[in-house]
This record gives sequence, C-alpha cells and structure tokens, in this order.
Amino acid sequence: MDVFLEAAQSILAPHMLLLVFLGVTAGLFVGALPGLTATMALALMLPFTFTLDALEGLVALGAVYMGTIYGGAFTAILINTPGTPSSIATTFDGHPMAKQGRGLEAISIATIASVVGGLVGVAFLLLAAPPLAKLAIRFGPAEMFWVAILGLTLIGTLASGSVLKGLLGGAIGLLIGTIGISPIGGESRFTLGWPPLQGGVSLIVALIGLFVIPELLDMIRRGRAALAPPLGVTPSRFNFGSAARTVFSQPVNLIRSCGIGQIIAVIPGAGGSITSLVAYNEAKRASKSPETFGKGNPEGLVASESSNNVMVAGSMVPLLALGIPGAPPDAVILGVMLLHGLRPGLALFTESGVLANGFILSMGLAALMLIPVGLLGGQLIYRIVLRTPYYFLVPTILVITMLGTYALRNNLLDVAIMLGLGVAGFMLRGLGIGAAPIVLGLILGTIAEQGYVQTILGGMALPVPQVRLFINPLSQIIIGLILAVLLWSFVPPLLRRWRKPRGGE
Amino acid sequence: MFALVRTVALPMGMAISAAFGMAAPAVAQDFPTRAIEYIIPFNPGGESDVTARLQEPLLKEALGVDVNVRHQPGGGGAVAWSEFQSNAEADGHEIIGINLPHIVGQPIQRADAGYSTEGFDIITWFHFTPHVLIVPASSPFQTLDDLVSFATENPQAVTMGGSGTFSGNHLETLRFEELAEVDVTYIPFTGTGPLPAAILGGHVGSVMSNSTLGVQMGDQVRVLAVAADERLEVLPDVPTFKEQGYDIVGGTFRGVAAPKGTPADRVTMLADVFTEINETLGERQIPMGFQMTDIRGDDAVALLDRLKTQYGPYLEGN
Repeated sequence: MDVFLEAAQSILAPHMLLLVFLGVTAGLFVGALPGLTATMALALMLPFTFTLDALEGLVALGAVYMGTIYGGAFTAILINTPGTPSSIATTFDGHPMAKQGRGLEAISIATIASVVGGLVGVAFLLLAAPPLAKLAIRFGPAEMFWVAILGLTLIGTLASGSVLKGLLGGAIGLLIGTIGISPIGGESRFTLGWPPLQGGVSLIVALIGLFVIPELLDMIRRGRAALAPPLGVTPSRFNFGSAARTVFSQPVNLIRSCGIGQIIAVIPGAGGSITSLVAYNEAKRASKSPETFGKGNPEGLVASESSNNVMVAGSMVPLLALGIPGAPPDAVILGVMLLHGLRPGLALFTESGVLANGFILSMGLAALMLIPVGLLGGQLIYRIVLRTPYYFLVPTILVITMLGTYALRNNLLDVAIMLGLGVAGFMLRGLGIGAAPIVLGLILGTIAEQGYVQTILGGMALPVPQVRLFINPLSQIIIGLILAVLLWSFVPPLLRRWRKPRGGE
Repeated sequence: MFALVRTVALPMGMAISAAFGMAAPAVAQDFPTRAIEYIIPFNPGGESDVTARLQEPLLKEALGVDVNVRHQPGGGGAVAWSEFQSNAEADGHEIIGINLPHIVGQPIQRADAGYSTEGFDIITWFHFTPHVLIVPASSPFQTLDDLVSFATENPQAVTMGGSGTFSGNHLETLRFEELAEVDVTYIPFTGTGPLPAAILGGHVGSVMSNSTLGVQMGDQVRVLAVAADERLEVLPDVPTFKEQGYDIVGGTFRGVAAPKGTPADRVTMLADVFTEINETLGERQIPMGFQMTDIRGDDAVALLDRLKTQYGPYLEGN
C-alpha cells in the first residue's frame, strides 16, 4: 500500500500534472488529424523523453496515447472520419447525431464514455494484470485466425444496410490488403513489377481515402456543410449533466462494452478497431431498438468509445506483465522502458513498484483530464466545423488530409492512392457499400492470412496441418461465437419467412 | 508536413530545444550548410527508429544543423531504398538508414526490389545485434545439442519463429538447418514485436532472433546459442554457435548510407560523427544487447561480399 501512496504522491506533483495536461492536449489534436497515428506521436516524442527521468517519460507517453485514441472521436463525429482506426464504430452513430444538430451532445457522451473506459482499463491493469496476461498469450496464430474471421462475420451485420453489401465491401477490403509484399512468404503481389507498390496500401491511407473524400464530395454535391442541422432544428446546447445521465443510464451497455474492450485489448495484435466493432455489435444486438442503430443512437456511441479507451491501459497488461507489446504504440513505450534500463515483467512491480504503479495511476489521471480538455477542445472544434462555410471547410480538410497522408510514410504515392480510393469509395457509397466494411476487410484480412499460414506451418509435422486450426479449446470457443453470430443474423429472418405464410392461412 | 507535426507537438519541441541547448557548429566549413534529412525505411518504434531518435539530438549538436528523421516504411525497407537510389541528391545532406542482411537479400530474391546492394555510398555500419537461438524457460531443450538431436529424430517437428521471410532470422535458420543437418519448421512473424508472445504462449518451440530480444526477455527464456565470434558481455553464460561446433556468425547490422557519388570527404566526415556519437549511444544500448561497431570504407564493402557468399545460395533458389 505504501508503494501506491508513494506512486500517487509522485504523479500528483505539479510538474507531473502539467505533463499529463500537455500530453493529453497534444494527443487530442494528433488524434483528431487523420493520418497522424498514436504510434507516430509517441515515436516523435522519444527524444523528448530522454531529457526526463523514466517515470516522467512514461507519464508523458501514456497521456499522449490516451489523448490520441480519444481525439479520433472528434472527427468521427463531426466529419464522419475516424481519426484513428479505433474510432471507426464511433462514426456509425456519432455522425448521424451530429447531422441532427446533436454534435455537442455526441461529443460530450463520447467524452464521458471515454473517461469511463479509460478508468476501467486502469483498474483492470492495477488489479488483474497477471491473470489477464496469461489469457493474452494463449491467443496464438490459430486463435488470431478465428478472431479475424469473427470480425469478418460481424461486417455483415454492421450498421445499417444489407448483409450482402457489407460482405461485398469486406471482400473489396480483403483484395486491397493483398497488394504489396506478402506478410508471410515475402512474395510481391499485384505490384505490376513497379517497386513503389511494394509497400502496399497502408491501412491508414485507405481509412482516410474511403472516409474523408466521399464525405467532402458529398458536401460539394449538396452545396452545404454536412453538419448544418436540418431547417427548423436548433442545435442542442452543451449540457454536461444530461450527457452524463445518458451515459450512466446504460450501465449494462457500459459494463459489457468495457468487458469486451478489456478482453480484446489484451490479445496482442488485435487492436482497437476490432474492440470497438465487437462492442458496437453486441450493444446493437442487446438493444431494445436495434433498428435505431446507425441513425444516431447514443448507445452505439457509448459502446464504441468506452471500449476503445479501455484499450489504452488494457493493452499495457501484456506489456507490463510480460514485456509483450499488445498494440503498435506499446512497442514505443517498451522501447522507452528498455532504454531507461527497465525490463517489463512482473518483477518490475516488485523492483520498481513506485514507477510501475505511478505510470498506471497517471493513465487514470490522463483519463480524468479528458473531461476538461476534451469538453473545451470539443466545443472549440465543433464551433469551427459548424460555422465555417462548406466552401472553406472542404478545401481545408482536403489539404490537412493530404498532408496527413503524406506524413504517414513520406510517400507521394500514398496521397494518390488515398485520392483514388476516395473517389472509388464515393461511387461505392452511392451503391450502398460503406467505407467501414472495406477498411475492416483490409485490417482483418491481413490478420487472418498471417494466422492461417503460421498455423499451417506449425502443423507441418502432422499428416493434415489444417487440424491445428481446430484443436485448441480457445479456437473452439471462438468458432462457437462465430456460429452464434451467424445463427443470430440468419435464423430470425428465415423463421419470420417461415411463419408468415402459416400465419396467413 | 513536419511544420504541422511541429505545431502539434510545440510544447514538446520547445522542451527539446531547451534541454539540448542551442547547438554550436563543430567546425566552420562548407558542409553541412542545411538540415540533414535522415530517412528511416521502417515503422516508428522499431529498433532502427529508436536508434535514429537517440542519434538525432547528438547529430544535431555535432553537425550544427538540424537533423530531420523521416519514416518511409514499406516493403521491408525496399520502398525507401529504391526511392533514395533514384532521387536523393548526392551532396551529403540526404542520408538513409541501411540494414544487413536486408539490402543484400532483397535484390537477389525479388526481381522488382528497385534498388541494388552496391548503389549506396556506405557511411558506416554503426551497430550489430548477433542472432540468438531462444527457447522458453519451460522448454525440454536445455542445450543446443538437445534441440539438434530431437530435431534429427523428428523432422519438421521443431518450430522456429523469426521476423520475416528471407530476412536475417530466416536465412540464419536455413544455415543452421544445413550445418546441423536437421529439418526444422521456420514460422515467419511480422517483425520482432510478436515474438515474445509466440515464445511465452508456446506457439513456437524456439525463436531465431536478435541478441536484444534474448536480453530483454531475461529469465522467461533460455538462450541456447549466440551467433557471434565471442560470448556477449550481457549474456556471459550463453555459448556461441562456434563453441558448439557450428560455424554460424551473423545477425543484423545497422548503418547509414549516402547516395552513390557523394564527395568522399563528406562521407568520411559523417562517418566520424556517427562513430563519435556511438560512445554516448553505447552507454544506453550495450546493456540492451547491442554491439557498437564502426565498419566503413573497404571493410563495409567486404562485409557485403561476405554476406552475399554466406546467404546467396539460400536466396537464389527462390
């Protein structure tokens, strides 16, 4: 207990509070700019952290990380563009809310849900790191393959629209994901012999292109800002109390989303996009009014934002307990720890208890800091987006987007790919195929391919290597979940069809 | 773009300049006259990136100009290397991180890698992480001999994880298979990041990786052999492959290169600076399992030739 008190004392020092404040603020803006990822923000901060002691450096990194994941929600809500892949599911209900003039309400709800998620993640990290870490490492190649298949299954049932179009979008994403050097095997695929294509289509480039550009083209087509509320509707005013009531009136949704967030967060390599997707899907399934999802239901927003912010502290479970980075930004944090001569692992808690606990507590502090920083920053950004006429807004967003895309890999080809995908995405949207299934297909296809090939290779000594996909109990549980999702989405409609004629007799 | 990042990270940027002070030029001269562009062909957060981030403030101080570290990941480094060879200006202000055996392996293995191994003026190879063969602490294999005898009796049953295909880890595994006359199953992962989970979760039986991973994972694992000429200071109890009868010395070399045709005195000057800052770098990195090196000029070219002979046969068949 002394260690906790000492840790709490050290992070409540004024300069620590300032670090957390600056970190969250900087992270928020990075997260709100499409193309600037949490990993890149942390990497840029590396030299800065060496001027600090180990705890200060980690506190600053944790705060930026928390701010970045949260900042992605702003653009998701206001311009239908997830700032980071973790907020894809935030666009589903957040943006429709903004379109109905409830943008500030959506931002407040997202903020409070993020804070809850952030704090839950910290609590799990403090109290349950060792058993969760044990669960995490049981996810091997076979399990990851099935997790990806589970995600692909969910695409069909996502948001609104038809299952078929969702799956079609997912398939397009899978194909885009195959361009470049194959992750396993190292062959060039679909590069047309042209060296620059070896890098493939980066996930973030596809994310920006498919989400932002169609939105901008849509604004131009309609000749007015996407956010302008329908005539006769007054935009809702900022009301923290009512937003908090909205969030806390759904305790089941919060607990379920945070639980899902925590479990998926500890699986190394699964990432925030799957987390919020699964939480969103479960919220929709459990809801009394699933048909309002995708049309501005705050429940969906709460599910997505609480679950993806659990991930920040949640993905540190395998990092701090075992030295396994659960997500790309964690790799940077691991690097900083190693450079300070700290070796992550349970020994860290006994040998450097103040540091380990101080770092964890500071993430809780960063989560709380989202309330003032997020609500003020959110109001500011909302006002800017709302009051800027579309003929200024469109070119501004376009330029920021192009810069962000270029910055990602310092590659002009990426900008061209982004714009090309954007125009294609605009046309696909006209056909009813949304951006989310395509981007998720791109993410999940890569995970599935790796898992499949690694599993088969691992079974080379068996007569039928494919058996390895099915023998682990954990794989069987995930396969069970997949079957449950499939049954849930296909059986009720069939039942209805079967009952109808009988009822008519 | 960097202007944008700088604005975003303004508080940090100010702190950085405050911490390192205003850098004074080392010597008054005609080089460098503007900021140095230092390209890293890999993702942020990897060992190459972390090293460059450590070098950045030290280089800035020694050279007296700004040093901009830029990422250009893709194709295992090939995207940046091919663009650098076709576009970079050969005046010493544009430099790029290079890795071995990557720049030897890719042009042999891929017809469209887009660059050639010889197309750089190598400044210096500044550090080296030898390969190590790692098993989980719970593994039945206590020694390299245990693993070899089990693998001899059970072809393909021993799985060996590593980063990438036809990468250093993979090529070393192929060489080990040939010299030990065994048939193991190599399982590639995307980078070194996923390897700890693969070892601890029992998803692979062993891992061929870099010394840094062996040091980092401590007593969670057992390192059976290290592919260096001599034992490492940080892993004093781990025997070399040579001690155990296999002539395997290899690993990842990291260095920095200028475009072909850069004035020789500028290349030498940059090599001197990188070597000088290696001392400060070593204080942090040697305990992590790095070996600091300064391999330049003819020696750097000889190193390329050695690796070509060493690994070429495994690559050409593919």
